[in-house]
Amino acid sequence: MEEPLIELRDIYKVYQMGDEEVRASDGVSLTIRRGEFVAVVGKSGSGKSTLMNIIGALDVPTEGEYLLGGEDTSQMSDDQLADIRNRMIGFVFQQYNLLPKLNLLENVELPLLYAGIPAKERRERAMESLEKVGLKEKWKNLPSQLSGGQQQRVSIARALAGSPSLILADEPTGALDSRTSREVLDFLKQLNQEGNTIIIITHDSSIALEAKRVVRIHDGKINFDGDVNEYAAIL
Amino acid sequence: MLQSFKLALRSIRSNKMRSFLTMLGIIIGVASVIILVSLVNAYMSYMTESFASLGTNQINVNVINLSSRFVSADQMYEFYEEQEALFDNMTPMVNVDTAVKHGSDSMSSTSVTGVSEGYLDIKDYGLVQGRNIQYSDIVSRQKVCVVGYYVASELYGSPEKAIDETVKIGGYAFRIVGVTERQDKESMKDGGTDDFVWLPYSCAVKMSRNANISNYIFTIRQLDRADEAREQIEEFLYGIFKNEDLYNVVAMSEMLDSLNSMIAMVSAGLGGIAGISLLVAGVGVMNIMLVSVTERTREIGIRKALGARKGVILEQFVIEAAVQSAMGGIIGILLGSAATRLAGAAAGLDATPTPSAVLISFSVSVAIGLFFGYAPARRAAGLNPIDALRSE
Ligand SMILES: Nc1ncnc2c1ncn2[C@@H]1O[C@H](COP(=O)(O)OP(=O)(O)O)[C@@H](O)[C@H]1O
Ligand SMILES: [Mg+2]
Repeated sequence: MEEPLIELRDIYKVYQMGDEEVRASDGVSLTIRRGEFVAVVGKSGSGKSTLMNIIGALDVPTEGEYLLGGEDTSQMSDDQLADIRNRMIGFVFQQYNLLPKLNLLENVELPLLYAGIPAKERRERAMESLEKVGLKEKWKNLPSQLSGGQQQRVSIARALAGSPSLILADEPTGALDSRTSREVLDFLKQLNQEGNTIIIITHDSSIALEAKRVVRIHDGKINFDGDVNEYAAIL
Repeated sequence: MLQSFKLALRSIRSNKMRSFLTMLGIIIGVASVIILVSLVNAYMSYMTESFASLGTNQINVNVINLSSRFVSADQMYEFYEEQEALFDNMTPMVNVDTAVKHGSDSMSSTSVTGVSEGYLDIKDYGLVQGRNIQYSDIVSRQKVCVVGYYVASELYGSPEKAIDETVKIGGYAFRIVGVTERQDKESMKDGGTDDFVWLPYSCAVKMSRNANISNYIFTIRQLDRADEAREQIEEFLYGIFKNEDLYNVVAMSEMLDSLNSMIAMVSAGLGGIAGISLLVAGVGVMNIMLVSVTERTREIGIRKALGARKGVILEQFVIEAAVQSAMGGIIGILLGSAATRLAGAAAGLDATPTPSAVLISFSVSVAIGLFFGYAPARRAAGLNPIDALRSE
């Protein structure tokens, strides 16, 4: 059997607030394989972002092992983490997080730039990516000249550009109206059908229902992990 | 590296106001250093030059002849001949305070001096026409004279026409036997260095009705023996006058030395002021860099999330600071150079930007930009990506 893309083994993330301990992740174990479409759902403060930061190699756990593509991240240096993020993960943030002074093409090129890809190839791949999200013609524009939905599509293009193993989306529709949310979700679904592994983090159960598998977090612990149909049944 | 350079340029271009403010400090710092140093240097070299044109190998002797104790020109010549190893030349100097006339033309600005045949060499002038005053002219008190180019042109039209003409000095007619060449473009005017008449000192001393001569100029063979030469003259004069107050011996090279040490002092002071203004510029750069790093924390977070290594972020900021200070430095050099020339022209000085001032102010400003750019950049590059992302 193929090795899992993501393997969390008994992960703890503990924040010290004065003399109080906050266990943002409280013994999480989770395995995700290539090609899956997983929604991580839970109330505000339940520990979703903490989990996403760990999965995205933006942060390291206090305790436990995290294997990303078979590599143990817990002992990695800052630069090694930067490299593995660059190679393996495409982020889609709630606030898009595009650089306002760069045009769309330059924004989409960034992960390729840090991967050390030569300028010409970088440009071509970034253009392809923009084409996929239907914004090729606007490559010269600045992010501020686009609507929210379009900006989120640029950030998806940026996440796709480096052909990462995993697309990690934290509340990707949180700042969008329902119609554009729909568009973005359909697009993510389509990407999954094309073979991309997708993890989407949301507080909204109706969005979680768009995924194939749902993981529910409560107080830093997983209290549901199963097929989307099972999840629909317990709602 | 090239990539970072392009990124830095783009970032500078897309933040024109911030970049301009950063550069402004450097521009002002560099420009003011160049203006200050170059102008003072121009003034100093002007002073040194006018001083050197007086003759650095000269020793001026001034005596007060009393009826009981005095020194005659013959005694001076005897001393000079004994010390030939030390001295190159010597002349008595007798000023004749009178106007110079030819027909109805009269020139009152012309300096009339009685000198020896050696004076032409002391001044290091050449003749365009005729001959120098000769020893025999002095011995037989011939009424002959050598005139400057300006006098020849003003009174006779040209040096050729002046030769063998007579000029009236203090009621006596002197025959012009020689005309010296033009010195420079500034010398052809009333009181300029080409406005003079030289007579045999023997004639001049008779006209001045003094028995003895109170001024002499010696020149020395070696500049580094100026001290020794001055002491020899003083010793000789003390032997005659027995009183140090009756004579005064000044070696021009020693005065040049004290002028030079004064210049060195002023330059050091200037260096201090220049250093301070550059430092102020550097603090300005640091300030803006700090602000810009804080402003750009989110950007840094995004870049790190997308896989930028610490070193790449650091490089980006440092190159940005370096490019900014270098651009500021270059603008500062251009402005400073232009202002130096303008101010120099206004002050009548030949002021060109001093290369060392340009070089030092530029490299110091870039170094400061780099240094003060590095510290905040290091902090920024070390930020945890999630903390950086969270900042607004
Ligand atoms: N940097 C931090 N320092 C202290 N506590 C934190 C920090 N980040 C998260 N927490 C706490 O951990 C818990 C989980 O937070 P988070 O993962 O952001 O939840 P969610 O994204 O589901 O809203 C919350 O109680 C939050 O207050
Ligand atoms: Mg959250």
